[in-house]
Amino acid sequence: MHTVSRRRFLQISSATVGLAETGAAAGHLAGQAAAAGEAERGVRKVPTFCDICFWKCGAIAHVKDGKLWKIEGNPEDPLCRGRLCPRGTGGVGAHFDPDRLRTPLVRRQKRGQEVWTAVTWDEALNVVAEKMNAIKAKYGPEAVALFSHGIGGTFLKHTLKAFGSPNTAAPSFAQCRGPRDVGFALTFGEEVGSPERTDIRNSRCLVLIGSHLGENMHNTQAQEFAEAVGAGASIIVVDPRFSVAASKAKHYLPIRPGTDLALLLAWINVIVAEGLYDKDYVAAHGFGFEAFAAEVLPFTPEWAYPETGIEPGVIRETAREMARYRPATLIHPGRHATWYGDDAQRSRAIALLNALMGSWGRKGGFWSPASMDVPGYPYPAYPVPAKGKVDNPGRKYPFATEAITTGIRHATLTGEPYPIKGWMVYATNLIHAMPNEAETIEAIKALDLLVVVDVIPSEIAGWADVVLPETTYLERYDELNVEVFREPFVALRQPVVLAPHDQKPNWWIARKLAEKLGLGAYYPWQTIEEYLEHRLKRAGMSLAQLREKGIVRGARRPVFYEEGLAPEFPTPSGKIEFYSAQLRDSGFDAVPKYKRPAAPPEGSFRLLFGRSPVHSFSRTQSNPILHEMMAENEVWVNASIAARLGLASGSVVRLRNQDGVRSDPVKVKATERIRPDCVYMVHGFGHTSRHLTRAFRKGASDAQLITRYETDPLMGGTGMNVNFVSIEAEA
Amino acid sequence: MARYGMVIDTRKCVGCMDCVVACKTENQVPEGFNRDWIAYDTTGTFPTTRLEIRTERCNHCDQPPCVTCCPTGASHVEDPGRVVLVAHDECIGCKACLASCPYNARFVHPDGYADKCTFCIHRVKEGLDPACVSVCPTHCMAFGDFDDPNSEVSRLIASRRHHALLPAAGTGPRIWYLD
Repeated sequence: MHTVSRRRFLQISSATVGLAETGAAAGHLAGQAAAAGEAERGVRKVPTFCDICFWKCGAIAHVKDGKLWKIEGNPEDPLCRGRLCPRGTGGVGAHFDPDRLRTPLVRRQKRGQEVWTAVTWDEALNVVAEKMNAIKAKYGPEAVALFSHGIGGTFLKHTLKAFGSPNTAAPSFAQCRGPRDVGFALTFGEEVGSPERTDIRNSRCLVLIGSHLGENMHNTQAQEFAEAVGAGASIIVVDPRFSVAASKAKHYLPIRPGTDLALLLAWINVIVAEGLYDKDYVAAHGFGFEAFAAEVLPFTPEWAYPETGIEPGVIRETAREMARYRPATLIHPGRHATWYGDDAQRSRAIALLNALMGSWGRKGGFWSPASMDVPGYPYPAYPVPAKGKVDNPGRKYPFATEAITTGIRHATLTGEPYPIKGWMVYATNLIHAMPNEAETIEAIKALDLLVVVDVIPSEIAGWADVVLPETTYLERYDELNVEVFREPFVALRQPVVLAPHDQKPNWWIARKLAEKLGLGAYYPWQTIEEYLEHRLKRAGMSLAQLREKGIVRGARRPVFYEEGLAPEFPTPSGKIEFYSAQLRDSGFDAVPKYKRPAAPPEGSFRLLFGRSPVHSFSRTQSNPILHEMMAENEVWVNASIAARLGLASGSVVRLRNQDGVRSDPVKVKATERIRPDCVYMVHGFGHTSRHLTRAFRKGASDAQLITRYETDPLMGGTGMNVNFVSIEAEA
Repeated sequence: MARYGMVIDTRKCVGCMDCVVACKTENQVPEGFNRDWIAYDTTGTFPTTRLEIRTERCNHCDQPPCVTCCPTGASHVEDPGRVVLVAHDECIGCKACLASCPYNARFVHPDGYADKCTFCIHRVKEGLDPACVSVCPTHCMAFGDFDDPNSEVSRLIASRRHHALLPAAGTGPRIWYLD
């Protein structure tokens, strides 16, 4: 029932802070014409770097007659090579999005009611500082945690460290690439990193396991994938869904979901049994190969067949195909790897298969990253926190290399090992990013303070006590991108146009908050230009240089062993660990072992999710241009199953998960592109924030249905492909 | 005389829609309309599925029915390139051309004229590729002159099996898809 008193609304004050102040913060370029009081004429091109995802592609924004027109790739940028992805091209829409946050807001009613009062920045930051200091007085500074995603969080992290808290986390570890990086580090001593150190463009055999490049539009990866396809590389795709990548493959393996590790072990078995591995490479760099070889002996293709559904002949044929092209055979490590809770070990098996191919450090396999030396700003030393990090007490997850978001959430709920009473959230929509929304909301209810810094009124902003509207990347300077890539470079983000309302850049917010907290000494610089100039000068560059070009490239160095790079493996043995003594000593399998996943209950389907090339997470659905490209998601259902259920493409259904959670209505895509035992959705839709007016209740949220997750015992990652749904036709 | 057209490699295209987005921003195409789009052709039964992904738009046909049927002459063929264009101020928005186009490439712009892909002729005249071609992250699109045997597009169709869309319509489409 709807009554007036229950209606949620946003009250925006008519009194907004004048544009002049925003303009001053936005910088000289955008302000020039406005300052002179004349209308800007002609086309102005401003190099910067993108922020629609975290890939940070070099972009050239075009302003026509004072209005943002289009954004193209910067040809100087080694990441995008002059061509942005659709999200980057559609970045224009982020600036014009009528739904974006306009002014600081302070909560007026119960948390989650989305009712605020518009306030000035001064008022908003006073509230935040006051509450942070109250938490500090009662529980210590460690009781304030920061969730942050992307390069823009740099300055808030600095403020939080100055405040005295060690608790900063990003969902990109425990909800995304963490298991992969841990699995590779346990094997080679180094992570895969971001951008991935994969030499896709030179690979002659590329194996994608659940990795849907092309739909997953990380620019360099997608570009190089197309390059490899064009060059005739042998593509092997393993996926329960016939992905776009699968349509380019020589071999498509429609694997039973959750059994990837069985397939990997069988491939390893064949390659070891048939002696197809790079014997010189393994002899020179491998540790514990004999013990490893003995352990994989039972895992024959015949053993793997009933697990994976992939015929033994196909497993042998594809294993031999990989060996044929080694070392230019790349078994892609993937990126979003938190699937089943055994993910670090699965990733380790991928690493081991690459080790057998001798592809680590070799052309067509993995390059070694290079970066330029740009010293950090010489800040005063941070206070030493009295307590350690809260997210992983007693190193319960011994191989975690970064903070675990869900660990912070757990501490917030339980007060163990110590209470967390304040959350700051920067540019990450935790309601969609973390599994089990109910647990997140319970944790929020236990907080004394939730501050959200964002561009759009995301679901997490809806729960905030204070919402701080950030300028888009097109309206601000930001931290320098000192990229770690196959060739080193430094990139600048700079303002292209003025912020349209009372939004502020992250650095301004972080600095002002520090001032309010009495931590002004941690910001010796007055303006962001001063900060950037200081850092660049120490690296032999200048801000003027970066403003002009957007990017300064460093000298190329050897990134492959073939180019003279010395092999180095910073593992305990100093070698590639085929057998991991450190895993054994911690009570884990020294060589990965497969565990059969639970089968879907009768009449249910495993819920899988993935990416669309035109959206980033749950952050872009209200962008008017990207919204037009894809306004809602669909649930992919195998055509035969759909027919049996009396459904066709366009039928509207709801999904009900094993815990009785029902999704919003969503359209069916009945397709020959998915197995019958699973369903698939693009992540990020089904918004419940009513201030996202375009995206509100369009499609359904996979995140809502992910009430269960399997925690990776090695590193605390949350495997999220463990939920089952039934399909209910909507009348 | 030049005869502009495109060759699109369906093997490389991933259907990311960057071409659609780039056209929108380059040409300020109004909300709700697109001059280009992505088509998915799925055939076969899982798991022996086949999928062809294509970026589609006006074919700038050699015998364009939209030009023949236009009562005012607004739809016309223009050099360089024998590109099919619409003179906005001569168009009365009668939609005859919309009905005649076998590719469904046209729409009526909110300002009242028939609109569609122009091959970004304003860019081509400056020596640039059309926006969709220049932005494509997979480099699956090529634009050029089919009357020049040495152009990239001529060389590409000579090198690979290829097909056009709806050849039976007999309009002489000038966009070719490499199989």
